[in-house]
Amino acid sequence: MCGIAGLIHRGSRGDIGREMTRMLQSLKHRGPDSTGYALYGVPTANELVLRFKVAEQEDMAKGFDIHRKVKERKAEIDRRIAELGGRILKEETATEYAYRYRIAFDGDRRKLADYIEDVEGGEILSLGTALELIKDLGDAKRVSEQYRIQGFQGTHAIGHTRMATESDVDIRSAHPYWAYPFADVSVVHNGQLTNYWGNRRALERKGHRFMSNCDSELIAVYLADKMNEGVQLEEAMRGSIDKLDGVFTYLVATSDSLGMAKDTMAAKPMVLYEGDEFIAMASEEVAIRSVFPTEIDTFDPYDGEVRVWKN
Amino acid sequence: MEKLRNKRTSHEMGMHTEQLAGRTQEIFFSATEEESFTYPHSYDVDFNKRAEFDAREMDTRGINMKIRELMSQGYGTIVVKNPLAKHSLGVGILNRLQLYFEGSLGYFGCGLIDGPNIRIKGRVGWSCAENMMGGTIVIEKNAGSSFGAAMRGGDLVCRGNVGGRTGINMKGGTILIGGKTGAFSGFMMQRGRIVVLGDAGKNLGDSMYDGTIYVGGEIESLGVDAVPGEMTDLEAAWLERKLRMYDMAAPKGVQKLKKIVAGKRLWNYDNLEPTEKKLVL
Repeated sequence: MCGIAGLIHRGSRGDIGREMTRMLQSLKHRGPDSTGYALYGVPTANELVLRFKVAEQEDMAKGFDIHRKVKERKAEIDRRIAELGGRILKEETATEYAYRYRIAFDGDRRKLADYIEDVEGGEILSLGTALELIKDLGDAKRVSEQYRIQGFQGTHAIGHTRMATESDVDIRSAHPYWAYPFADVSVVHNGQLTNYWGNRRALERKGHRFMSNCDSELIAVYLADKMNEGVQLEEAMRGSIDKLDGVFTYLVATSDSLGMAKDTMAAKPMVLYEGDEFIAMASEEVAIRSVFPTEIDTFDPYDGEVRVWKN
Repeated sequence: MEKLRNKRTSHEMGMHTEQLAGRTQEIFFSATEEESFTYPHSYDVDFNKRAEFDAREMDTRGINMKIRELMSQGYGTIVVKNPLAKHSLGVGILNRLQLYFEGSLGYFGCGLIDGPNIRIKGRVGWSCAENMMGGTIVIEKNAGSSFGAAMRGGDLVCRGNVGGRTGINMKGGTILIGGKTGAFSGFMMQRGRIVVLGDAGKNLGDSMYDGTIYVGGEIESLGVDAVPGEMTDLEAAWLERKLRMYDMAAPKGVQKLKKIVAGKRLWNYDNLEPTEKKLVL
């Protein structure tokens, strides 16, 4: 089933960590397997935020050797960042297998991403100037506490609660997906894509990489491919309505925008609230009510609808 | 005699255009026939006896149990404050009752009801009034998809816009929509009426077996087997009266509503009521 949620402050900032946690926790019944956040903070000039992991949560319970391997993998990633001319400015340990770095790097981001992910167990969750992508097993309360998300100041965010249907229960298959190699582009999705493999093969032939077998990743890579060709976000999203077959509603975020798209059958839910200062959307209104307890006007977007909002 | 008079009047009003041979599709209640209004174990309530409670900190089960508890105490008017879009509220009420929700409901609100008059100040989520059998529901704002799915009777009113698949598999009753409705409205509809004062999305009335859809605005496209029908004076009078009951009006008058009906006889099932079947067999 899965639940998705998004919010954007217009021209201001807020505690998007707390807001998104409330929204996702109220959607827990739609998917208890994993929870993910794409949070957009304040960009810092000439700096990148890199979030990555070097093992799955379940790996940590497999054998005594894993802790040594985690250290070695992390050290190797540090070495590779330095080798490509990057400088680690600040290092934070999110969990015993996931990290957050602020790095100074002005080289080829795709090369950096590929080189890091070449390390065994290494996977970049996000790489960007504003985006911080956090995902792990469990509900929003657990992930929020684990990664200390409450209090995160930012402009906009998207999130996901996952009920695994077509791929494993692991961090790799959890949403959101980073639209590799585009910095700051992330996607969450509720639905099923029925022409996944055909599209995936076509994109792989163009050089794109897939980290999971989850059909939702296809949307992120598809949009990345289009934007790589110079197509604007909204236009790429409109194209996806025809190109992607199945039932879906998805949210996509960039450094300054938030968009939503629904399939031509409108078979997956989405409720919207559009205020002057704040916009919120979710699979169920109960999520919007968790941040807006007072009476507000909400509505459902229609079939094939695409909307994009700027911060 | 009164029963017959009711029946004749309703026929004269053109309420049976979708009637199948040998079958009465609508049951006519009379205020003098108590058995028509009550289910076994229903509560004797007094509309003048009013209660209200705050649902902010309550879960779905707690709210629904509270409504039942109040009905069992004879309260005929109940106000629920702060429903906060929780799911499955006000379901399965088979009783006379004036029920007010001061806020929005989530999914599956007010399903399987027969008898209550429900007013909702906010919006409702997907599948509101699913399998509704009787009574009235009026929603002041918008509604989600599958509005009145498999509905069998009563009046379901939304003053705002409604999502897709409105009245899917509808088997009776009336849906009134003040704004627009989404794609596939009236999909596989079998009986009853959908009145949309605004626009209708694509594939309107797709695979409809029977029933009637009226649209005041633009229709994006008709579904398979849905065709335009001709409005009769009796129907227009019925529409006028029905809309007036809920303070609604067709923007250009009811005569300008587009009427959509089934183009083929798609149903192929036994059309006898169980009681009629006994007589035949």
